[in-house]
Amino acid sequence: MKRRLILLIPLVLFLGMAVFLFKGLYLNPSELPSALIDKPLPAFALPAVNDPGRILTQADFKGKPALVNVWGTWCVACREEHPVLNALKEQGITIYGINYKDDNASALKWLQEFHNPYQLDVRDDKGSLGLDLGVYGAPETYLIDSKGVIRYKHVGIVSQQVWRDELAPRYQQLMEAP
Amino acid sequence: MIRYIAASLLLLLVWIGVAQAAIETFNYANDAERERFQALTRELRCPKCQNQDLADSNAPIAADLRREIHRLMEEGNSNEQIIDYLVARYGEFVMYRPPVEKRTWLLWYGPAAFLLIGFCIILIVVRRRRHEALPSHVQLSADEQARLASLLEKKNS
Repeated sequence: MKRRLILLIPLVLFLGMAVFLFKGLYLNPSELPSALIDKPLPAFALPAVNDPGRILTQADFKGKPALVNVWGTWCVACREEHPVLNALKEQGITIYGINYKDDNASALKWLQEFHNPYQLDVRDDKGSLGLDLGVYGAPETYLIDSKGVIRYKHVGIVSQQVWRDELAPRYQQLMEAP
Repeated sequence: MIRYIAASLLLLLVWIGVAQAAIETFNYANDAERERFQALTRELRCPKCQNQDLADSNAPIAADLRREIHRLMEEGNSNEQIIDYLVARYGEFVMYRPPVEKRTWLLWYGPAAFLLIGFCIILIVVRRRRHEALPSHVQLSADEQARLASLLEKKNS
């Protein structure tokens, strides 16, 4: 009887590996966990997109839970995402923008053409804030709490589904938290 | 005609080589610094195109990070400080060589441990087999002893 059980060991090992590898098939390797989760937004002092005289800092993003969206006019996927952001703004959700490595004139034109969902929009021409945030491809969207601490990061387009499944529950949680 | 085509193809090849080489130029204080930069960019991974190192990648983010590494080097940062700087932003993912710590013991020592376990199993199996192959404990009864003797005798005669 004992011998028979020993013969089962390879099968058990195989099944364990099969389950492990099967799960791996459905993971998205291009989605990296952010190194900044549960850390405050990095310090910055950069001009606003629509007002070069106004300098924005990380303190301006505090006060209530919000989305921080990294975007650029050169980013094709951002165009796809934009209507969703507009819709979210209509629902009363605070969205801050980081205009990442972009040309200011094109950015202003884009916002005029497609509507501006951003309550504040930081002009990060050189990508220094993007670097501190660990941005590796726009669009990226961070969820921050009222103290300006990063709670979640989504890489890629924020679609209605992404909002519903990933962001909305976490946003709601932050809204309910004292 | 063929010669002409061959010549223009050759020219094109040479030109491609030049175009590739002209992507970026950095100034280094000395050759050691140049080597340090090359070693660092080979050891760090591009976050966007994940199976390329920073030296190899043409992604804009890789170019940004190369520039950043060069800047940090010029500011006098050590390799460790530069790697820490990038890990703080992009996570441990950027390191091709993960640090040796409790969390990564399985990763670092796992293969050697499995090899050792395998050897142990082989050793045990071989020993057991050898033991079974030599049935020294078999005792013949008186009848069998007599039969063996007669058989041997028959063979010898």
